[in-house]
Amino acid sequence: MSAETIRPDNTRFDLQVIGSWIDPGSRVLDLGCGSGDLLHVLKQEKQVHGTGIELSEDKVGRCIERGLTVLQGDFEQEVHDYPDLSFDFVVLSQTLQQIMHPAELIPELLRIGKRVIVSFPNFGHWSVRMQIILSGRAPMTDQLPYEWYNTPNIRVITINDFKWFLKKTGILLTREVAINTHQQDRRGHVVKYLKNLRATYGIMMLERPT
Amino acid sequence: MSDPNKPSKLLVEKKYYTFAEPPNEMVLDSGARLGPVTLAYETLGTLNRDQSNAVLILHACTGDSHVAGYYSVEDERPGWWDTMVGPGKPVDTDRYFVICSNILGSCMGSTGPSSINPKTGKPFGFDFPMVTIKDMVRAQKHLLEHLGITKIMSMLGGSVGGMQVLRWCVDYPEMVRSAIPIATTTRHSAQAIAFNEVARQAIMSDPNWRGGNYYGGPGPDHGLAVARMIGHVTYLSDESMRSKFGRKLQNRSSFSFDFNGDFAVESYLRHQGSKFVARFDANSLLYITKAGDYFDLEREDGNMLVNDQLAHIRFLVLSFTSDWLYPTYQSKAIVSALKKNGSDVSFCEIDARWGHDAFLMRNEQMEKLIAGFLDRISHEC
Repeated sequence: MSAETIRPDNTRFDLQVIGSWIDPGSRVLDLGCGSGDLLHVLKQEKQVHGTGIELSEDKVGRCIERGLTVLQGDFEQEVHDYPDLSFDFVVLSQTLQQIMHPAELIPELLRIGKRVIVSFPNFGHWSVRMQIILSGRAPMTDQLPYEWYNTPNIRVITINDFKWFLKKTGILLTREVAINTHQQDRRGHVVKYLKNLRATYGIMMLERPT
Repeated sequence: MSDPNKPSKLLVEKKYYTFAEPPNEMVLDSGARLGPVTLAYETLGTLNRDQSNAVLILHACTGDSHVAGYYSVEDERPGWWDTMVGPGKPVDTDRYFVICSNILGSCMGSTGPSSINPKTGKPFGFDFPMVTIKDMVRAQKHLLEHLGITKIMSMLGGSVGGMQVLRWCVDYPEMVRSAIPIATTTRHSAQAIAFNEVARQAIMSDPNWRGGNYYGGPGPDHGLAVARMIGHVTYLSDESMRSKFGRKLQNRSSFSFDFNGDFAVESYLRHQGSKFVARFDANSLLYITKAGDYFDLEREDGNMLVNDQLAHIRFLVLSFTSDWLYPTYQSKAIVSALKKNGSDVSFCEIDARWGHDAFLMRNEQMEKLIAGFLDRISHEC
């Protein structure tokens, strides 16, 4: 995986990375798919059989209107209906920090999907650390631009924390990249060294323990 | 092509197809035999050469085959889903061949309790055998075979029409490429059955009902009107009634202190009741509501929607936030069952205040969803 293989387009940069990991023609479930940008690109360019789950009626409407398969609902509830290995890839992009029960959800995703791709904002980034040390206040970043009282993000995760979780649960980390970008940015670059300090996002591919 | 300067009306014609002539009568779910059977139907658009553009529309309880367009240039009233079906509309008759058939048991041109019983030469009345949603769908299959259609690009319908959509998928999955069940359920709740039973009792306790043999004399008009009034209450919502009527009085500024109907909502329901009496047969309402109550896809061997044979069908399931007759949890149960097959299923709960009736009202979101879904299906042969 290198930055050069990621074709810049109008999709969010972390989604471009995720898209590049997905095999053509595979079955993909995108959790919190928004207006379906990732599924749309994957359907056009890789002929995947995609399904999205999204809470907002408006966004679900936009997805279906553009010809995508999307269910309106809370994916923490919706995933339980699927039989084992219904998908080749399950994508959880930038929502892990909002999940109520991640320790239950991730194994469940590995039940319904062969591989799970997770991306999340890295709270170990140096700017976050500096804010706490210098101002003594809870950090606000471009990736998580909320105050403590209005943030939907109930989990604080760093790349190191997440890896520790994988080690503890025996879940296999089969692919990993750390990137530096802004949430709305269409561009970014891959961080190779001191990832937990220098990357704004971690993206990881998980597989169930053999 | 029509002259764009002239406002042109889409003209349609009601047609009839008769089959199951004795001795080859249709054997119904109940075991009874019925024949000959006539279905009234209408078609719009043109079936393409590879027969891949057929769209079947299934109407609700008291609907008919007149889904869209006009019967004549002078005709003022278009079909019941004219906002959805027509040239350039979401169900685009320039692209799709649309079929809508009146259901078995109805009184809008198909064989039902008001039809002549060939054995007696008189209307069936209560001698008409009980028909089920499954029977209605089987009759429609005869019609499609007659039209030479072996595969349906998409079928859509709301309420009892949605039940037919689901029944089609369960009984003839090989004929269905995609399906749009709207504001519907796999089985009536006790609440829905309760309202239907009150409606039926209103009819059957009208002295003019006379055990169902009222043809040729005065019918149970009052009972039928009350039944419709009850139905209408279940089709609306608290919010829609509040915004439409509130406590407004009808053509008066103070209470009359009698029972002639002071409130606007009373006047509305009475109007709906008498309008309905003029167009619908009381016995048909008894039979069709009973068919709705009997419908149950979760009775035999678990949920009939959980079946690998349905895996290839693409679904778009739609519900409405204010529908309390077929609440969203029932649509979600359909979605939950279909997911177990690996079916390609989309679902949207549309924000609408009009209660169950919302599926018949103009709704931009519903139109966009159906147009987008059908367009996608038409490209995925």
